[in-house]
Parts: sequence; C-alpha cells; structure tokens
Amino acid sequence: MSVLKAERISKFFGHFPALRNLSFSFEPGSCVALLGRNGAGKTTLLEMMAGLSRPTEGTLTIGGRVSLLGHGIGVYDELSARENLNFFASLHPRGGDVDAWLEKVRLKEVAEAPLREYSRGMRQRLALARTFMGEPDLLLLDEPFTSLDDKAVALLQWLLAEALGRGATIVLSTHQIPEAMQLATHILFLEKGKLAYNGPRPEEMLGDSKWIYRTYGVAN
Amino acid sequence: MLRQAWLVCVKDVRMEFRGKEALNAALAFALVVLILFSFAFDPTSEQIREITGGLLWILFAFSGVLLVNRSFAREQSNDCLDILIASRVPASALLLGKAMANLVFILTVEAVCLPVFSLLYNINLFLLPQWLLLVCLLTSWAISLLGTVFAAMTVNLRLRELMLPVIVYPMIIPALAGAMQLTNVVALGKPPEGDDLIWVRLLVGFDIIFTALALGLMDTILVD
Amino acid sequence: MSDKILLTVGLASAAFLVRNLYQMFMVLPDEAAQGAIYRIMYFHIPSWFSCFTCFFASGLASGYAIWKKNFRGDSLAVAATEVGLAFTAIGLATGMIWAKIIWGIWWTWDARLTWAFITALIYAGYLMMRSMIDDPGERMRVTGVLSIFAFTSVVITYKAIDWWRTQHPGAILSFRTGGGNTDPAMEAMIYQNWFALLLLTVVLVAVRFRMEESRREIEGLRRAVYAG
Repeated sequence: MSVLKAERISKFFGHFPALRNLSFSFEPGSCVALLGRNGAGKTTLLEMMAGLSRPTEGTLTIGGRVSLLGHGIGVYDELSARENLNFFASLHPRGGDVDAWLEKVRLKEVAEAPLREYSRGMRQRLALARTFMGEPDLLLLDEPFTSLDDKAVALLQWLLAEALGRGATIVLSTHQIPEAMQLATHILFLEKGKLAYNGPRPEEMLGDSKWIYRTYGVAN
Repeated sequence: MLRQAWLVCVKDVRMEFRGKEALNAALAFALVVLILFSFAFDPTSEQIREITGGLLWILFAFSGVLLVNRSFAREQSNDCLDILIASRVPASALLLGKAMANLVFILTVEAVCLPVFSLLYNINLFLLPQWLLLVCLLTSWAISLLGTVFAAMTVNLRLRELMLPVIVYPMIIPALAGAMQLTNVVALGKPPEGDDLIWVRLLVGFDIIFTALALGLMDTILVD
Repeated sequence: MSDKILLTVGLASAAFLVRNLYQMFMVLPDEAAQGAIYRIMYFHIPSWFSCFTCFFASGLASGYAIWKKNFRGDSLAVAATEVGLAFTAIGLATGMIWAKIIWGIWWTWDARLTWAFITALIYAGYLMMRSMIDDPGERMRVTGVLSIFAFTSVVITYKAIDWWRTQHPGAILSFRTGGGNTDPAMEAMIYQNWFALLLLTVVLVAVRFRMEESRREIEGLRRAVYAG
C-alpha cells in the first residue's frame, strides 16, 4: 500500500531554503501534478520523495515500493534490454515479469541486443518498462512528457491510467500541463519553495493551463 | 543486503567484461609500466629482488585506481544511481557490490601481470602461491574498497580523474607498504614470520577497520 | 565566543608563551647529550600534540555535522583542520631543524616521519576537496567522511614509534614510558608550552570558524539572490 505524507518538511541548501514548511498527504490512487516555475523546488521535492535526499526539517513518510523516472532514462547502455529488466526486477522480491514487459513495450525481438544499438524511442520505451514493471506503489516522474516521442507518450499515458486503476500513487512534475491535466486528480503548486496550492485539480485547469499561476501565483 | 550487493557486483562485472574498455586500458597501462621498469634499473641484476614488491604494488595501485574510477561513473551516464537509491537499494549494498566487482577487476590485472613479471624479470613469484594469494586478496580488497568509497565521493567533481588518486594513494599507503614487504619476503620463498607478521596483521586490521567505516558511512556520501 | 573572551584567551596565551620562553632559555639548563638545540622540542612535541588535537576535533566535528546535519560542525571541522595543518608545518619544520643538527640530515624515511608527511598530504587533500565541491550539503557530507577516514592516519603517525623501529626517537614522556628517562622539570616544560599553544589553537580555530560561518552565510545569500 502506498503512503505519501509530508509533515512540515523543509530543505535548506546551506542557508538557502529550497523548500519551506510543506505539508500534504495523498490517498492511494491519487495522481498528483507537481507544478511550479523553474527553481520553485519541484525537483528537490521529487528527489526527497525518491529518497535521494532527506528533509532538513520535518518528516516525510513514504511507504510501499517506489519507482523513479528522472531526467536520465535510468537503464544501462552496455546491457541488453532483457539484462536491464532482469537486473532491476531482481532487486525486489516482487520484481515483475520481464518477458511480459518486453512484449508490452514491443522490444521482445531485440531484447538481446545491447542498448547502445537502440534508437531513442526504443530506449525510452525500455525506460518506461523499467519504471512501471513490478507494480510499484508510488511512481515518481520528473518531466516525463518532455523528451518522449509520440508513441512513447501514448504508451506512458496508457501505463499511467493502468497504474492509477490498480491503486498506485503517481507524482509527476511537468511543464506540459495539458497532457498532465487529463490524468491529474490533485495539484501541488510550488512558488519559491512554498506550497501555494494543495488540493484537487480545479476544473478551470482543463481548458486554461495558466489558470493556477494567475490565481495562486505570487505576482512577479 | 548481501543479495543486492551480489546483484550489483554481477551487473558491474558483466558490464565491464562486455566492453572491457577500462580493463583493457588498465592492462595495457600495467604492461607498459612493466616495460618502463626495465629502463629504470638494470633488469638483470640481483637488486631487483629487493624492489620486486615495491614495483608490483605501485603498478597495481595505479592500474587499480584507473579501474575504480569507472565504478560510479558507470552509473552516472543515464542517472542509474538515482534509480538504485530510489529503489531502496541500501548504500552499503551498493558499496559492497561495487567493491567486489572492482576486486575482480584488480585481481584480473594481477593474474596477468604477476606471471608476465616473473617471466620478464626472471623472478619466480609463485614459490609460495598460498601466501601470494593471501597478500593479493587482502591488499586488492583494500585498494578496491577505499577506491570505491572515494570514487563515490569524487564522482561529481570536475577534476575527478585527478582528485581520486590524490586522495586514495595516501590513504592506502599502509596496505601498500605491507603488501610490498610481504611480496618481497614471499618472492624469496620464505613464509612470513617474526617481524613480517606485523604487516599481515596490519593488512587484516586495515581491511576490517575500513570495511566497517565504509559500510557505516556510505549512506552519508550518497544520500543528501 | 565573544570578542572579549577571545582576546583574553589570546593574551593569556601570549603571556604564557613569553613566560615559557624565559623559563626555557634562562632557567632550564642545556640537555646533557644534545646541548642547546634540545629546546626546540618544547615546540616540536607540543605542536604535534596540538596538531593531533585539531585533527581529532575535526573528526569529531565532522561526525557531529554528518549526524545532526549541522553546518556549524562542518565549519568547526574545516577550521580545526586548517589550524592543524599549520601545526603540522611547524612540527615538520622544527623536526627538520633538529634532525639537521643532531643527525646531520634534514629528512629520513622512517615510519614516523613518513607517516607525518602522509597525514599532511591527506589533510591537504581534504582542503582541496572542499574547494572543489560547490554544494554546501554535499561538501559537508563528503569531506566529513574524508575527515573521519583521515584520522586513522593520525593514529598510525602517533603509534609509528611503537610499531616500527624508527630513527625518530621513541617515547620520552612519562605517560608513555612509565617515567624515569626525562628530567621532570623538562617534561613539565613540554606540558606547559603545550598548554600555551592550546590556548593559541583555541583562538585560531575560533577565528577561522567565524570566517567560515560568514563565508557560508554569504554563499547562502548569494544563492537566494540568484534564485529570486
């Protein structure tokens, strides 16, 4: 079961406060869009959820199996698709069915070739398989739509819907607001390290992606 | 944790043996230095016996750091390190796995260089193979363990390749000094005894202390 | 610490040093075997003790900094390390002068001298590492671990005269030898001068600590300005 709960967390880099006094909590099955301008603290927050850094103050409770898709694709170029998935699956007791996933992302025929021979799109599909394999409870996606090609975006949206369907929690930080708003059930909106909006996705966001910046953003 | 360490080790060894880039470079480097030695002194003289251990372990320390340097760089190209930490692989398991993989690489270089050295310089190093193996294992573990820890520390630095040796070599001198002495003794066909045993104790103590310190502190290095 | 306390400690250190110098040169006699030069030991040994104290403090402060995520610990660690390195330099220099006169050579590669040299290199590497890491949190974590690792080298340096037969003289202080081979008045002088140097150490570390704290604050402000 996924748990995602922050109690008054702050993160300082030296004296510089990157995040200040954030509190939130999400039920399993939520899809949280993490919005904010560059430097607002989106990546810092996502890294803390992933366990790459710890809050300076407050407590962040994360339960269940976590899977991360960051800026890098997070698979090894020297290994084949099958070796990559085998390795990541074996790290967990409930790793997932490698063959089924190779089929799902349509890499079965080339599964034995090293990744350096793959096209960009193939590598991205493998990264998606690595991220979603084994039914993780908490999925953390950093700007997932930015670098993907059309096929991979379609695959990602399908995988996200499927994960939500089985009760996983998803947090995605993004600039591509229209794509994210279709799925998002909640929004965390950060302004200069502070939480400016925390709640269900407003209807207004579907048609007008700048709405939250105008309504809750501090004037700049 | 041990299971995950083993998986990381197998993965690293598989990756390296697929391309063999670092391994080949380290081996070529080691052989070039072996030849260079012959110009530094008279290779046919008896005095070479007295510096055999010194030469060999300088060689292994240099090529070892070349190998260890790749350890965390390997994880960096596609941000794989983040994925492993996010998947809750403990930092100590990562360290242990990577240090074991590096141990395999360093031992590979030694397995090639020791016979070649014996042949070229006409010194039979294998009179006491069990002692030689022990010295190689203890010292190579020291090099690979400290090398792996400091590779993790320096992986984000611009001057990584320069900074790693600057930090690693002074730290591993106790182990290297012991290995040099013991290798000299073993090359003469005498089992270490008396004063030489202090070096065995030093090597064992060095490995234990730094393994414990490294396992305890690795999490601090990797997680902010 | 306030300016007043620092100034007081500094003055006390200076007064103590002057008093010690008078004692060394005017009261205590020449040593039987070495003559006048033995007096350099009143600075050589206390410098190394101060150096070890600094590196020990650096290790402790680093451990505290890592454990509590406390940047003040990090500042204390760098302050203690830099002052420790200064005392390392004094210790090496005084030792070399003594060696030139007694042994006729500046340097020899015995275990004690070699390891003192290695220790200096390791802590110099520590300072180099610090200058290369931009992120304050990463700097604290990485160099903190390095400082703890580095302390093993200090231990080896200290124990080198017991573990190996060195050209460097063996232990002379009674807490290590059990007493009997050093004149009590001369041994007392060593401790007295160590005390004076320790007071100086406290002042130097405190001043450097403040500098580091200010530097870190400026770093943070600069970052805030760029971010805003």
